[in-house]
Amino acid sequence: MFDLGGKAALVTGASGGIGGAIARALHKQGATVTLSGTRAEALEQLKAALGERAHVVTAKMDDPADIDRLAKDAEAAMGKLDILVNNAGITRDNISMRMKDEEWEKVLQVNLTGTFRLTRAAMRGMMKRRFGRVINITSIVGVTGNPGQANYAAAKAGLIGMSKSLAQELASRGITVNCLAPGFIATPMTDVLTDDQKKGILGRVPADRLGTPDEIAAGVVYLASDEAGYVTGQTLHINGGMAMI
Amino acid sequence: MSDIAERVKKIVVEHLGVEAAQVKEDAKFIDDLGADSLDTVELVMAFEEEFGIEIPDDAAEKIQTVGDAIGFIKSNAKS
Repeated sequence: MFDLGGKAALVTGASGGIGGAIARALHKQGATVTLSGTRAEALEQLKAALGERAHVVTAKMDDPADIDRLAKDAEAAMGKLDILVNNAGITRDNISMRMKDEEWEKVLQVNLTGTFRLTRAAMRGMMKRRFGRVINITSIVGVTGNPGQANYAAAKAGLIGMSKSLAQELASRGITVNCLAPGFIATPMTDVLTDDQKKGILGRVPADRLGTPDEIAAGVVYLASDEAGYVTGQTLHINGGMAMI
Repeated sequence: MSDIAERVKKIVVEHLGVEAAQVKEDAKFIDDLGADSLDTVELVMAFEEEFGIEIPDDAAEKIQTVGDAIGFIKSNAKS
């Protein structure tokens, strides 16, 4: 089950903790992967670790021309694009009363607008081939909210609404569009939290531990598979029971 | 150049699964041939491929009938 042999996947934010795990998992199932992000060195290291069937295309998700180029270069490198994992994301946390316009706009630009642009650029080939898997990595906070993250939560909630719309537009062409919403996952992003902060978070997680990037990647593999062809417009929550929606 | 009209009609027949007789030049893709908005995008993509041209979005929006498509392609086709 979940064999991805012969499939071509593009993962954005692949230099991050979750993105890297997603790329490794898709590759392990047999997919050819294109790793994207802004940190060329980290991407090249991951590519070297994966060996064959791996490509690197750097891109900035707040640059429209860069995004179009990313879609083209990824298709050119792999010959096609079957699976798009929109994982790239940034945070600029601040309580709303102090949040600057730039902090709001930057997060919306990268996390939501960039994802829309890349997905739009990828759709054409997927429509022609009558197959596509778009997996947008959103977040638990897009559904529950989180103080200090009005911008991030808005962008992540936006991804869910966007995905449902795209799912309805594209379902008849064999293209599924789903979201995956991680809860608190052990990554460099959460490593910076203090022990007290972590304790506070774990108090709200019935599983009583942080999730691992591999547990997120497993969900992506499922949504990317042929077996998940009848699943579209959904949000898969992987959060140790932190929110049950 | 009448060959262009034939090729356009063939694509429309294949893509929309309609009878060749229905594909008249004044037939509207959406109102007369049962296309949905996504079908029209795909038709434009198919025309682009068949004739090796690029049809910009603002031009594509104006292509509403079979005749519109033939007209645009006649004035822009390389092959």
